[in-house]
Amino acid sequence: MKERLVLVGNGMAGMRAIEELLRIAPDKYDVTVFGAEPHGNYNRILLSPVLTGEKNFTDIILNDPEWYATHGITLHVGKEVERIERGLRKVVARDGTSAPYDRLLLATGSSPFMIPVPGRELAGVLTFRDIHDVEAMLGAARCHRRAVVIGGGLLGLEAANGLLRQGMEVTVVHLLDALMEKQLDVTAAALLKASLEERGLRFIMRVQTEAILGDDRVRAVRFKDGTEIAAELVVMAVGIRPNDALARRAGLHCERGVVVSDTMQTYDPRIYAVGECVQHRGQTYGLVAPLFEQARVCANHLAELGFARYAGSVSATRLKVTGVELFSAGDFQGRDGCEEIVLKDAGRGVYKKVVLENNRIRGAVMYGDTLDSAWYFQLMRDATDVASLRDRLLFGQAHLGEAGHGDIRSRVATLPNSAEICGCNGVCKGAIVEAIGDKKLFTLEEVRAHTKASSSCGSCTGLVEALLATVLGGDYSTTPKNKPLCACTDHTHHEIRGAIRDLELKSIRAVMDCLEWKSPDGCSKCRPALNFYLLTAWPGEYVDDNQARFINERAHANIQKDGTYSVVPRIWGGETTPAQLKAIAEIAEKYRVPTVHITGGQRIDMLGVKKEDLPAMWGDLSAAGFVSGHAYGKAVRTVKTCVGKNWCRFGTQDSTAMGIDLEKLAWGSWMPHKVKLAVSGCPRNCAEATIKDFGVVCVDSGYELHVGGNGGVKVRATDFLCSVKTPEEVLEYCAAFLQVYREEAHYLERTAPWVERVGLAYVKQRIVENEASRRALASRFQYSQRFAQVDPWTERANGVDRHEFIPLKLVG
Amino acid sequence: MHAANKVTQCADDWIDIGALDEIPRQGARVVRRASGDIAVFRTLTDEVFALRDRCPHKGGPLSQGMVHGRNVSCPLHDWKIDIDTGIAVAPDEGCTARYPVRVEGGRVYLSLTPEERGSNGSS
Ligand code: SRM
Ligand SMILES: Cc1cc2nc3c(=O)[nH]c(=O)nc-3n(C[C@H](O)[C@H](O)[C@H](O)COP(=O)(O)OP(=O)(O)OC[C@H]3O[C@@H](n4cnc5c(N)ncnc54)[C@H](O)[C@@H]3O)c2cc1C
Ligand code: SF4
Ligand code: FES
Repeated sequence: MKERLVLVGNGMAGMRAIEELLRIAPDKYDVTVFGAEPHGNYNRILLSPVLTGEKNFTDIILNDPEWYATHGITLHVGKEVERIERGLRKVVARDGTSAPYDRLLLATGSSPFMIPVPGRELAGVLTFRDIHDVEAMLGAARCHRRAVVIGGGLLGLEAANGLLRQGMEVTVVHLLDALMEKQLDVTAAALLKASLEERGLRFIMRVQTEAILGDDRVRAVRFKDGTEIAAELVVMAVGIRPNDALARRAGLHCERGVVVSDTMQTYDPRIYAVGECVQHRGQTYGLVAPLFEQARVCANHLAELGFARYAGSVSATRLKVTGVELFSAGDFQGRDGCEEIVLKDAGRGVYKKVVLENNRIRGAVMYGDTLDSAWYFQLMRDATDVASLRDRLLFGQAHLGEAGHGDIRSRVATLPNSAEICGCNGVCKGAIVEAIGDKKLFTLEEVRAHTKASSSCGSCTGLVEALLATVLGGDYSTTPKNKPLCACTDHTHHEIRGAIRDLELKSIRAVMDCLEWKSPDGCSKCRPALNFYLLTAWPGEYVDDNQARFINERAHANIQKDGTYSVVPRIWGGETTPAQLKAIAEIAEKYRVPTVHITGGQRIDMLGVKKEDLPAMWGDLSAAGFVSGHAYGKAVRTVKTCVGKNWCRFGTQDSTAMGIDLEKLAWGSWMPHKVKLAVSGCPRNCAEATIKDFGVVCVDSGYELHVGGNGGVKVRATDFLCSVKTPEEVLEYCAAFLQVYREEAHYLERTAPWVERVGLAYVKQRIVENEASRRALASRFQYSQRFAQVDPWTERANGVDRHEFIPLKLVG
Repeated sequence: MHAANKVTQCADDWIDIGALDEIPRQGARVVRRASGDIAVFRTLTDEVFALRDRCPHKGGPLSQGMVHGRNVSCPLHDWKIDIDTGIAVAPDEGCTARYPVRVEGGRVYLSLTPEERGSNGSS
């Protein structure tokens, strides 16, 4: 026969313990649950959004009656357990219902504290604890105007905000002169108060309530100083008391709550307790994160696995008032021996304070910008030595060592997998990313269902959505975008590429005929795109269409504003020789080049050449050993390098040779957009590798690979891809990256927006995590290079496309 | 079927500028003159048109643009010019001179006298 487990208290902690238990030992117990409230288990935290009207009760139900039934749990709702008969091992409810137990779990939560003032029993005086209270508040808001909330703590402010949103005039009265004193320092409290005042809340600080006035219903509140304030609704939110009455009556040892050991057992080893009713190592807790940890430990022992221990929790707080970003954790006030680092930006309404002791974070308060809170919290819990981050600590994680912009997506992208995203349920980034990938999750709801992340207080919802977006890239979107390539077709880039591959289309004509193009020969948007898609799909087989290329690619030179052209020979890895320089000098003189410019890409640009002169000039360059630099193409352009360890006192590897090898690998390849590479010899990064499409930073142990950066209009620092040890690996990873980009990006989409669209995780998966995929990509790249690495200048110097460079006729 | 069919005015300065095959389909060639280049376009369907080789925007060489349908996209800032009329495609505004051109026996003949705008009734 199964053992019998009885749970008293159908709330968040107790039910979490049952869920955990069902997961690890589904058949061990016959479970009976008693709950004093007339419902199944619901998410108490989300009572605040129910009060504001952002959610309704059905949204916050965690386990409905069917859930209990399908799990074979006997549920007694609306039945308050009155006594525990420990000798007979049974519990008895007020209405006489009883249930025998082999093990008993108490999770009776806590009760709101009522200040013992006269009038507290009047109609219209409420607390804020359960759905019943919320319904009463909503009822009052419908027929009354003025509300007073006593208590300027977390709960009081959430209640006040909710009532305000329901249209009431709300005054918060607080005993002290700063709000949320348990969670905030004076500065953050003042910012919070100002912002809530802006929303319309009123505050009376430093007052003590003396009486609640009224006959049947509350009419006013009177303070010790004699002043009064009119109100038809009073919400007391001054604190909670662990609800240990039942345990006390049963003779279990209680102090401020039911005393439990590290295994969540009370002094009677058959009886466990979790949640707010518990006192553990002298501490009581009032937030779900620690309670869920307790529930996990408790389930472990109920399942008789016997290895988990609860050692207490550090917890962090957020305020669930939409539009107010607030976070606090640990010892944020500091004490002797602590230092504070503070950032205050009144203009943006941002305040951040981190308290350090011996270079370890002891506490933090953030207001206005809480994106990095998970990171600080992690550093704090891991007691990480932050000496080396100190000067940049307050700018957040995304600003460590790079010039990245601080939008939420790039910031979650930089978080390590171990970073905790959902504080309530202790879910880290890695677990969410993994679930999104393995379980094929596409929506927030699915992530909630599978990982529990964002399913409790919901304040990490933005982070989870950002993670979905970075992992799924383009797949994550509320409205799927199916934009056609251009007005000539209804098909998307993706569909067209698919057709080219699957239907083996090898010319632009074939594509247009097969996909029923709406114009006879496309436009300046689709033709270059099609030509490119064909060449990536069928290197060596497709028919290149010169007329589908922009003039620069057709003429293999950059057109200038006066119709002349510029000539940029390849300077491998930015390294040249006196002989090469002499050759360039002579050629520039011979063709009377008006301007010779050292480009931003470490090479030499000869500007102002007449089109007719190009082939001859190229012939001379080619004779001197130069090839085209493709400065004009949607192609691999430059590979910038620094001098590296051959000369530089800080250099760690031969960055120049690495760059030259990369350029020899990649030159000549056509790309969706221009592609730039760089190799820096050490993290000082003189070659600016972290704003390149593919960047390499040499370090003692090898090479750090970076992808998806660019300078230009919208500067984007690269994402770190991975580290490798050898130059051969650098070449392979580079080839694979270039290939996956050219096979999958839209034409004219540079690597930066592409990486943002598909997500770094995807790129990593294709190149870093899956060796076979990397190898295959690299070899496809190598294969297509066989056809691409033909110098177009030499060909044209020898007569190819002659018509392009000479007038049809000279007249007069 | 070529543009010269529409010529209403009589020009007596026709010159032979070369074989049709010397102009790439969906492309153009230049006739160079001291008084300004003329771009001669050939469409996918072998229609031939000639325009002054200056974009109405900032003088870009239209002969270097991409030809699609009866339009050319200017190489400098991507304005689209109707090569039949020399008029910029809306929303851009402006026009460039149009020259009579005809094809006979595989050879292309160009008149160096620009047409008067509106005389050919084209839209
Ligand atoms: C020549 C050069 C300026 C110079 O004299 O230094 C140059 C010149 C032009 N750049 Fe550049 N860029 C040059 C280096 C750069 C750099 C610096 C670098 O590569 O380290 C950048 C910023 C880095 C980057 O690309 O991420 C740069 C960012 C751009 C951009 C903005 C790209 C972006 O993603 O936002 C454009 C516009 C575009 O490509 O659409 C652009 C476009 C151009 C074009 C092609 C504009 C055009 O269409 O006419 C210019 C053609 C010049 C010509 O005829 O040769 N150029 N351009 C440099 C040639 C480098 C080379 O050796 O090939
Ligand atoms: C409005 C509000 C907002 C909150 N916001 C947050 C937040 O943002 N973040 C956060 O971490 N925490 C928040 N909390 C706190 C969080 O909800 C609690 O910490 C958590 O619900 C405690 O879980 P528990 O199981 O210990 O108690 P409860 O969830 O209260 O469950 C106890 C249950 O036991 C029942 N019960 C008690 N005695 C008996 C009996 N003798 N017989 C039968 N049933 C009994 C009660 O009726 C109750 O249903 C908030 C709380 C409220 C009220
Ligand atoms: S990147 Fe490093 S090694 Fe290279 S030049 Fe700069 S400082 Fe020297
Ligand atoms: S010059 Fe032709 S579009 Fe600007």
